[in-house]
Amino acid sequence: MKRTVPLLITFLTGFFLIVSFFVPHEPFGQLEQRLLVWFAIVSGFAMLLGVDSLFRAHLRRIIRAREGRWHSLALLLSLVVTLVVGIIGFVKFGSPFHMQSPFMFVYTYGIIPLQATMFALLAFYIASASYRAFRARNTVATLLLVSAVIVMLGRVPIGAAISQFFPVAQEWIMDVPQLAAKRGIQIGAALGAVSMSLRILLGIERSYLS
Amino acid sequence: MGSTTMLIGTWLAGFLTLAIFSFLYKDNPVYKLAEHIYVGVSAGYWLIYVAFFDVYPMLIQGFQNETGLEKWILLVPGALGLIMLSRWFPKTAWLSRWPIAFTVGVGAGLGITANLQGYVMPQMQATLLPVTGWNIVSLNNVILTVGVITTILYFYFSKPHKGALGWMARVGIVFIMVSFGASFGYTLMARISLLIGRLYFLLSDLLHVID
Repeated sequence: MKRTVPLLITFLTGFFLIVSFFVPHEPFGQLEQRLLVWFAIVSGFAMLLGVDSLFRAHLRRIIRAREGRWHSLALLLSLVVTLVVGIIGFVKFGSPFHMQSPFMFVYTYGIIPLQATMFALLAFYIASASYRAFRARNTVATLLLVSAVIVMLGRVPIGAAISQFFPVAQEWIMDVPQLAAKRGIQIGAALGAVSMSLRILLGIERSYLS
Repeated sequence: MGSTTMLIGTWLAGFLTLAIFSFLYKDNPVYKLAEHIYVGVSAGYWLIYVAFFDVYPMLIQGFQNETGLEKWILLVPGALGLIMLSRWFPKTAWLSRWPIAFTVGVGAGLGITANLQGYVMPQMQATLLPVTGWNIVSLNNVILTVGVITTILYFYFSKPHKGALGWMARVGIVFIMVSFGASFGYTLMARISLLIGRLYFLLSDLLHVID
């Protein structure tokens, strides 16, 4: 019951999805769309579980007066405030995403600056890492260095000001060798995902049950 | 939003931006505060997003608007979702494997059909382009095809990389290194673009130093 039923559910769900792909007629035709809707609904409940786990972990830290409890309090407050303004927006405007909704205030002045700054911060660390990693030790390392420099210079006005070679070379690198290797890696990863999916459906891979 | 609200919002955004940038000096309590706020608002945002765009229209409104079998069959995902919450009770926590198994099944099913139809086949189709003569387009098509094949062969580890396979793997690593370098440059420029955006916000919207 604890292992056989989940294995059966996994097999049947995956099996019907594959059948609906090859048999686009009733009763299988609409099955893929229906299962995707169900998937979105179940994922929504899983999200609730995840937020609950985050909430409990930080609440525990506050109750036990552990180090960083004030930061945990800020996390919980921001989480609760976001949820409350989301609900207010839904009740008052019919959608939390209405431009007048207080939820959009949190999004515009909270999430956007935090997210953009967090990613902008990475610019410094990527640049610092590249200073250490980009050494022309051998031929392939030199290729890495040269293509990175060409792409960086080719994408800014100063590159074109130095020479028209940089924007043209940048475009060629992105469209031909970069695309070729990326495509090779992606095809390999997709084939790997197919084989892993088969292992899951056939019950060979069961780690998700532990 | 009123002008006072926008002013408060701008100062709040300015504080949060500077708090995150303070990490450049060193890890400090103000950065940690902003980091925790980020986690809190993000978790709240995504929960509201999923509830509003997925659960509410698909389950609740669907149940209200549909009729017959279409209405009652929605009880299945609703029940699976509620069973997912059985993890809150240790005695019934094992039941949550059922909805997890369902989501894994959907993922695995799509992993086969969507990957093959939406990924492998179109990518192969886009790779095997015609060679129409001695021109630059044809040359690029040949380079693209050689690059894709040799990159895949580089990751083929079932045979030692010797002889023809070794030679092709060496060509593959050339493409891979050029690709990694280009991806690095592309990512760095995207991050710098974000950095310019944040600095512009600080100097323009917050401090009005520049227009």
